[in-house]
Amino acid sequence: MRRERPLSRGVILAVAGLLTLIIVALVPFVGMKSIGLRSLLHPERGSSDSFIFWNIRVPRLLVSVLAGSGLAISGMTFQAMFRNPLATPFTLGVASGASLGAAIYVRLGLSFSLFGISGLSWFAFLGAILSIGLVYGLTRVKRSFPTATMLLAGVAVSFLFSSLILFIQYMSGFIHSFRIVRWLMGSLENMGYQSVLEMFPFVIGGGVMVLYLSRELNLLLTGEEMAQSRGVNVKGVKQSLFFATSLMVGGVVAICGPIGFVGMMVPHICRLIIGADHRWLAPVTLLFGGAFLALCDTLSRTLIAPVEIPVGVITALLGAPFFLWLLLRGESEKGLL
Amino acid sequence: MVSDPILRLCDFSFELGGKAILKEISLSVEKGEYLSIIGPNGAGKSTLLKCVNGIYRKGKGRVEIKGKSLSAYPPRDLAKLISYVPQGDGSSVPFTVKEFVLMARYPHLSPFSSVSRGDREATFAALELTGTSEFADRYLDTLSGGERQKVLIAAALAQGAEILLLDEPTAFLDPKHEEEIYRILARINRESGSTIISVTHNINHATLLSRRILALKRGSIAFYGPSEGIIKEGILEEIFERSFRFLSHPQTGRPFVVPEWSL
Repeated sequence: MRRERPLSRGVILAVAGLLTLIIVALVPFVGMKSIGLRSLLHPERGSSDSFIFWNIRVPRLLVSVLAGSGLAISGMTFQAMFRNPLATPFTLGVASGASLGAAIYVRLGLSFSLFGISGLSWFAFLGAILSIGLVYGLTRVKRSFPTATMLLAGVAVSFLFSSLILFIQYMSGFIHSFRIVRWLMGSLENMGYQSVLEMFPFVIGGGVMVLYLSRELNLLLTGEEMAQSRGVNVKGVKQSLFFATSLMVGGVVAICGPIGFVGMMVPHICRLIIGADHRWLAPVTLLFGGAFLALCDTLSRTLIAPVEIPVGVITALLGAPFFLWLLLRGESEKGLL
Repeated sequence: MVSDPILRLCDFSFELGGKAILKEISLSVEKGEYLSIIGPNGAGKSTLLKCVNGIYRKGKGRVEIKGKSLSAYPPRDLAKLISYVPQGDGSSVPFTVKEFVLMARYPHLSPFSSVSRGDREATFAALELTGTSEFADRYLDTLSGGERQKVLIAAALAQGAEILLLDEPTAFLDPKHEEEIYRILARINRESGSTIISVTHNINHATLLSRRILALKRGSIAFYGPSEGIIKEGILEEIFERSFRFLSHPQTGRPFVVPEWSL
């Protein structure tokens, strides 16, 4: 089952970093209108290339990298904490919690910002925290709550929030409703530097917390009681990780909508490549998650250009078969985590 | 000179889900002692270990480690004093033996420091002592039950604690591995002066290895004293609610116990 890893982990990390850089450098040149390097260096009068490049494609790229990184590392964190390959921001209801928060914000027609970050992000963050609190609270009702039951609780919470979103949509006018639907599909359209700035503190803050706790994640992966006996403050670490993932999922979902499957697929692929040691896995997941979503987004805007496919549709098309494969692996399922 | 006991419980009671699991347990363990805990399933043996180890907090009464209340220890400091080998649950651990044992150095690492030479030496010493260095690079999930159990003990050793708690370390093991595990434990106890507290169902091994035995029944202490006492007085019948035969070993002459054959 376990493959030997011929490459040292340092090399893999370096390659992942380089690959991310290459993708980041190439993606903005690709699109409905391909842009050459020359037109950037020597902008012609009246040409819109430079504007498209710097004001449309680059911010969009940055948003997709941040979103991909945040979702992927959140998924990795959940999988380690619950010791289950199917634990993700979606299966635990966190993404739908964030979506509900955002939908409420849209429906109420609110418009405020706090510390330079829009109310939409704050609402999504609160929704994420709420759903995590709910799922976590359910596990505290009974001691020794099996992980499978926990995932089912997450699914139940997810359904609850989804139906609340539907209700809000039903009660909204056509324009609000359309906005919510489009946003629920998950999309990276119309991203400016404002979006980058809004997402940045959430993803970086949460990401740094997870990187800082990578040793603790390793120990949690050997079991909570084992981690406790090794001196990990399990309760405190879990709360910090819940907070960090809520930050990231909330921050991403508020801007891009719930983009599915990145949080499940990317950590698994990375784990197959570099192993389960989170001191290596976390940075690779962060890098690969960003590159992966940037690639998916490029597909979404070029496959049937000029029409854009919402990026959530692309990731789901790739992710659903992967999810099924994961389920059908049966006895070898343990090998993943 | 009388030294403080390394572990002391005073009238300690513990409830789980409204049910009393441990009732007014008082005991004291000396440094370097090997204490075996026996008793029927569900008597509270595992719970007692978890309470001593701080996995379960909130109990009534006092638990003291080296004269200081258990609750006064932050998790890392406690881990430097007590390590724990849980009952094997066979759950997947996606690390190699070396990685797993090195991870047990956690209480000695600060968040930003990397693994030091001392950590590596402690790891290799623990692998050596338990005879697990030959499969240091294999994944834990590929080991047999006996090998895995030795690795768990190696990790607990590498943690560098003075007290070693073990929860049925030889459950599901064949006689050869069972003996190996007990040899390792006896050696740890003798050579590094570690205090060992081990839950076991093997009464004969318990009397052989430990000077004192603690027997629990339905959360209360049913016997606590020198290990000879548990065989002589025939108190086992009361603890386990079945009859035993007491014999002397044909080779050593030591008393030992077998269950009454009554099928």
